Amino acid sequence: MTTTLTSHRPRPPAQPPTLRARRLPKWLPPAVALGALLVAAAIVYGAGIGGPVLVVVVGALLYLVGLFAAANAVEGRRSARNRTWSALIHSAFVLAVLPLASVVWTLVTKGLERFDVNFFLTSMNNIGARDPQGGAYHAIVGTLIQVGIAALITIPIGILCAIYVVEYGRGRFAFAIRFFVDVMTGIPSIVSGLFVLAFWVLVVSPYFSSTGRPGFSGFAAALALSVLMLPTVVRSTEEMLRLVPAPLREGAYALGVPKWKTILRVVLPTALPGIVTGVMLAIARAAGETAPVLLVAGGGAAINFNPFENNQSSLALFVYQQAGDASRYAPARAWTAALTLVALVLVLTVAAKLLARRNRLGR
Amino acid sequence: MAKRIDAANVTAYYGAFKAIENINITVEPKTVTALIGPSGCGKSTFLRSINRMHEVLPGARVEGSLTIDGQDIYHRDVDVTAVRRTIGMVFQRPNPFPTMSIFENVVAGLRLNGVKKKSILDEAAEKALRSANLWDEVKDRLGKPGAGLSGGQQQRLCIARTIAVEPQVVLMDEPCSALDPISTLAIEDLMFQLKDKFTIIIVTHNMQQAARVSDRTAFFSIEKTGDPGRLIEYDNTQKIFSNPSQKKTEDYITGRFG
Ligand SMILES: Nc1ncnc2c1ncn2[C@@H]1O[C@H](COP(=O)(O)OP(=O)(O)O)[C@@H](O)[C@H]1O
Ligand SMILES: [Mg+2]
Repeated sequence: MTTTLTSHRPRPPAQPPTLRARRLPKWLPPAVALGALLVAAAIVYGAGIGGPVLVVVVGALLYLVGLFAAANAVEGRRSARNRTWSALIHSAFVLAVLPLASVVWTLVTKGLERFDVNFFLTSMNNIGARDPQGGAYHAIVGTLIQVGIAALITIPIGILCAIYVVEYGRGRFAFAIRFFVDVMTGIPSIVSGLFVLAFWVLVVSPYFSSTGRPGFSGFAAALALSVLMLPTVVRSTEEMLRLVPAPLREGAYALGVPKWKTILRVVLPTALPGIVTGVMLAIARAAGETAPVLLVAGGGAAINFNPFENNQSSLALFVYQQAGDASRYAPARAWTAALTLVALVLVLTVAAKLLARRNRLGR
Repeated sequence: MAKRIDAANVTAYYGAFKAIENINITVEPKTVTALIGPSGCGKSTFLRSINRMHEVLPGARVEGSLTIDGQDIYHRDVDVTAVRRTIGMVFQRPNPFPTMSIFENVVAGLRLNGVKKKSILDEAAEKALRSANLWDEVKDRLGKPGAGLSGGQQQRLCIARTIAVEPQVVLMDEPCSALDPISTLAIEDLMFQLKDKFTIIIVTHNMQQAARVSDRTAFFSIEKTGDPGRLIEYDNTQKIFSNPSQKKTEDYITGRFG
């Protein structure tokens, strides 16, 4: 027994404990990076197996290995792991930003060519294949009208639906709503377009049109976009409402405030910034949809301000059509329209966020 | 103004779980009554059943009779919001409305119940903040967010918000447990002043606090986990702390249990 006891006694530390530890010199990590790139270049070009991209990839891997080895030798294992993971996380960030930056760069460089007054003030009406002019005015109008109507439909319905599910829904009915909203999230846009085509354009629209025949319309496109936006709005609003702490609601109840007023004046304002973000995500997604617009609004070259009759185009559809067009002037128009679409969504998002913030108090 | 509260055989459930059983208490107007007892013995549950906040949780219900000046709080013709306006509540953690300024927080109860006139709101806000001993600290920044105050100030803001709707009873569920000693003293002082106008029922884990602020003390306890909480003893605070009639009360107060 005594032997086991003594053998379990903690060993005294080999060195007196100090707070300072040996650190890699500042210049070493960049030096390792440079060395790794050089070695990688030598390998890749020496063996003739690839270009600069492969050099960077191999170099990054070599850098991780080299950094680990150097840190392990000087600073010890824990610190080496820390450095390697930090480097990995930073590279993941770079990897995530790279495509984004490259998209923005491509859009801006290629889109600026036709980013002129003519593009924003003319439609494609009477523009032939040899015509360098022509613009997206009709498409911008179409996108704004269709997305605007879709937002008018989905924002109230979606928010009310989320309020019902979070604040009032009990039992089966609420469960069913949540289930169907989940299912709706997965509906492909082409299916939503087909649904509106079959239901609205072919069956309902004849009753509204002056000719009595079925017809394409911007409103039909708005309906199809609504089907796509609704689940996003409901789900994001639902999440945001759930995040509002229960004591806040109870604080209002305890003042004798009725439940509906508590929701309207306390819960919704608290959740507003998050709800706005969700709504803007839905709008951005809808603005980028091509298939449903093609199916039920039909596209078109002329300006049409009336959402209830005749064909309407949209920016996404315009991009699709111009990108596939044989005219040598079409690709430039497609790029500029794509840039316009992104800029539009960006401006709307920023504006909505600023509005939501205005309602909150400055800190 | 202040009212008398009678609880007779009050039993409260969370779904199938019985949290408190057969509580009988009479609270006189313009007194401070302290509820003490170990955690989980149902003090909060009882407090919340007094202003019908208990039923806010799904599946929660109350049996027995609770009356305020002889009127049944749980009568089916009673308007819940009227009950809660008459019997205000202050919570354990300060919960000012984050989107509202200090001023808006104080008058939230009035405004959300339809009072619009600026002069009335201004007057009510100043009166409530003065009663909550907060006026001097915030009078220059009424437009700033309520969440920007210190914890103690936030709790006094919540008290101001509660008394701004001019209730007759104020329930406080461990109002000082998230606060530092100085803020706690400020709120205890406040209770002495509020007693002139309101009936106060306070849950506290702090014996000294119960002894300092209350006129009457109710001691709750449970046999073991899963059992409903019961009222063990209810008497003048002095009697409870100097010469309790129940062995359990004495054990709890002297720190031998709980
Ligand atoms: N929301 C709830 N759902 C289910 N049980 C609860 C809930 N709140 C409290 N309880 C239970 O009710 C009993 C009394 O709780 P509570 O009134 O909070 O006690 P106290 O305030 O005295 O600490 C405890 O057993 C607790 O677990
Ligand atoms: Mg409690």
